[in-house]
Amino acid sequence: MKQKTLVLGVIGSDVHAVGNRILDYAFTHAGFRVINIGVLATQEEFINAAIETNADVLMVSSLYGHGEMDCRGLREKCQEKGIGDILMYVGGNLVVGKQDFESVKERFLAMGFNRVYPPGTMPEVPIKDLREDLGISEE
Amino acid sequence: MQAVLLIDFGSTYTKVTIVDLDTEEILGTARAGTTIETNIMDGLNKALAQIPEPSGGWNFVRKLACSSAAGGLKMMASGLVKELTAEAARRAALGAGARLLEVFSYELTARDLEKIIAAKPDIFLLAGGTDGGNKEILLKNAELLSTLPISLPVVVAGNKAAAVQAADLLRQRHAPVIVADNVMPDLGVLAVDSARMAIRDIFLSHIVHAKGLDKAEEFLEQIMMPTPAAVLSAAELLAEGSGSERGLGELMIVDVGGATTDVHSVAKGDPSKPSVTLKGLPEPFAKRTVEGDLGMRYSSEALVEASGRRLYDYLGWTDEQVASQLRLFKENPWRIPQTEEEAKFDAAMGRMAVGLAVDRHVGTIEVIYTPFGATYVQHGKDLTPLPVVIGTGGVLLHHPNALEILKGSLFDSAEPTLLKPQKPRFYLDKDYILAAMGLLREVAPQAALRMMKKYVVEL
Ligand code: B12
Repeated sequence: MKQKTLVLGVIGSDVHAVGNRILDYAFTHAGFRVINIGVLATQEEFINAAIETNADVLMVSSLYGHGEMDCRGLREKCQEKGIGDILMYVGGNLVVGKQDFESVKERFLAMGFNRVYPPGTMPEVPIKDLREDLGISEE
Repeated sequence: MQAVLLIDFGSTYTKVTIVDLDTEEILGTARAGTTIETNIMDGLNKALAQIPEPSGGWNFVRKLACSSAAGGLKMMASGLVKELTAEAARRAALGAGARLLEVFSYELTARDLEKIIAAKPDIFLLAGGTDGGNKEILLKNAELLSTLPISLPVVVAGNKAAAVQAADLLRQRHAPVIVADNVMPDLGVLAVDSARMAIRDIFLSHIVHAKGLDKAEEFLEQIMMPTPAAVLSAAELLAEGSGSERGLGELMIVDVGGATTDVHSVAKGDPSKPSVTLKGLPEPFAKRTVEGDLGMRYSSEALVEASGRRLYDYLGWTDEQVASQLRLFKENPWRIPQTEEEAKFDAAMGRMAVGLAVDRHVGTIEVIYTPFGATYVQHGKDLTPLPVVIGTGGVLLHHPNALEILKGSLFDSAEPTLLKPQKPRFYLDKDYILAAMGLLREVAPQAALRMMKKYVVEL
């Protein structure tokens, strides 16, 4: 089966780079083609990268607490640019402080994300979900 | 004596340079109007006749030429996303010395196709999709191009998984169609060399003939490349050196013309300060940009507009003063300044053209504030530490105040986000030989380098 492509990046004015490198390593090892656009990534960079590389999933990280603001409108822009059906996952420390995760999740789902992860999620969790959502059987 | 004849068939002038490879000296330079309508050789012979012939007549060991005559190498290009493969295609075409008319992104529209038919470019560069990425755009645009009522040379430099199929579609209508490596094989990776080579191959095999320049090839060995490619090649040689002969190091060449201003930089442009994050497409080491609205002669109005307050502040003039000067230069673009005031205006215009062209060429830095202090994001090349800026082009050459004009390329503390050179040494290509030396590089690179070091003088 054709290798699936992920666009990975840390959105907004966020410079937390360590988790991004760990995720790059983990997803690559799990057999995905990772297009890593790094930190300080704008919504447009995610979308443009996905268009050129024919990506299957946007993997959005936000660590510094402004995730909600930075992610708003991403799904709509994807629709506008002709990739409205692309899968979108988001994780990290999405909001400031310790808020009830269920309500955070609700808000990000409403923004059009397909999967939303709480702080400290290990890479195995999204890898399993990716295989399920993309219909890849584990070798 | 080993005389070499070097010719630049320009859009306006045919310029000849004769050098002696033994002494590495210029034996003569001359120019005459380019005669593309009648016979390209007429202008060349007229220019040649101005250089006194030695008693035994000329016995050239090599005769080489470049050309930007008959509209230059007109190109159009297309990619998928404007900032990605379309931008990569733009850079490939400019690096090949093209006069780039337009770059399209996404699927070509009916209007885009009309523009292509109307402009009838010499070469079309088709890009789109990274390798392993989007295939549809290359195929779709190839299919659309194959419906055109005209036949064009096409270079395909997109997703390698679709390139051959796209070329097959194109061949139903166009010839020649050459497949080159993808200009963006992976996201954010620029690989323009193969496309540049393909463009040059087509230039040699087809364009020279199509433009009627091959009449000259009976006399010459070959018209080897478009003039801007020769200048860029000279810039690379002068910066990097050749074998044991050292170059000047990283540098910028500003070519101020009557209608456009070209900027070439041969420099890496990595961040010069710590903790700067680089974003955006990487820049080619040898980079060329062309500003069609920034000429000192034919585009004076656009230039005044583009420079805005800067021009008024620099001159300290009123709107009315500027407007009346502008009228004089509009009536006669090649007017020679009659008074000191006019000379001041003329120099100021040059400075603005250089300033704006370099503004658009260099990278920018953006500050992002965090509670821990500032972090910086750089797009493009940081040329603040660049040691050398060289001026060339008809306008600068004959200008009494070339240094003043070239200083437009300097970093301005009022605009600290533009990464322009801070303390460069300035040089002038006083004999206008850069294009010729780019040609000479093809046969005698070390001699070309030494001659540039001799004849390009510090100001
Ligand atoms: C190191 C660090 C920094 C460094 C970053 C250096 C660098 N270039 O990477 C510096 C000093 C620059 C920094 C700055 C700031 N930081 Co800081 N930083 C940290 C710290 C201590 C560690 C981050 C880290 O590297 N973790 C290790 C990696 C492996 O974990 P991770 O980033 O969380 O990523 C993993 C998971 O989250 C998950 N994941 C991440 N993204 C995604 C996406 C998906 C789809 C999935 C499935 C999973 C997933 O997988 C990753 C790998 O396992 C954390 C605290 C902490 N212990 O986490 C604070 C922390 C992230 N920083 C914080 C803050 C507030 C800031 C600042 C605003 C200033 C400040 N007051 O500290 C600035 C913001 C700068 C900016 N513009 O981005 C807060 C965020 C609070 C919030 N969200 O509510 C934290 C949580 C500290 C805290 N408790 O207050 N920081």
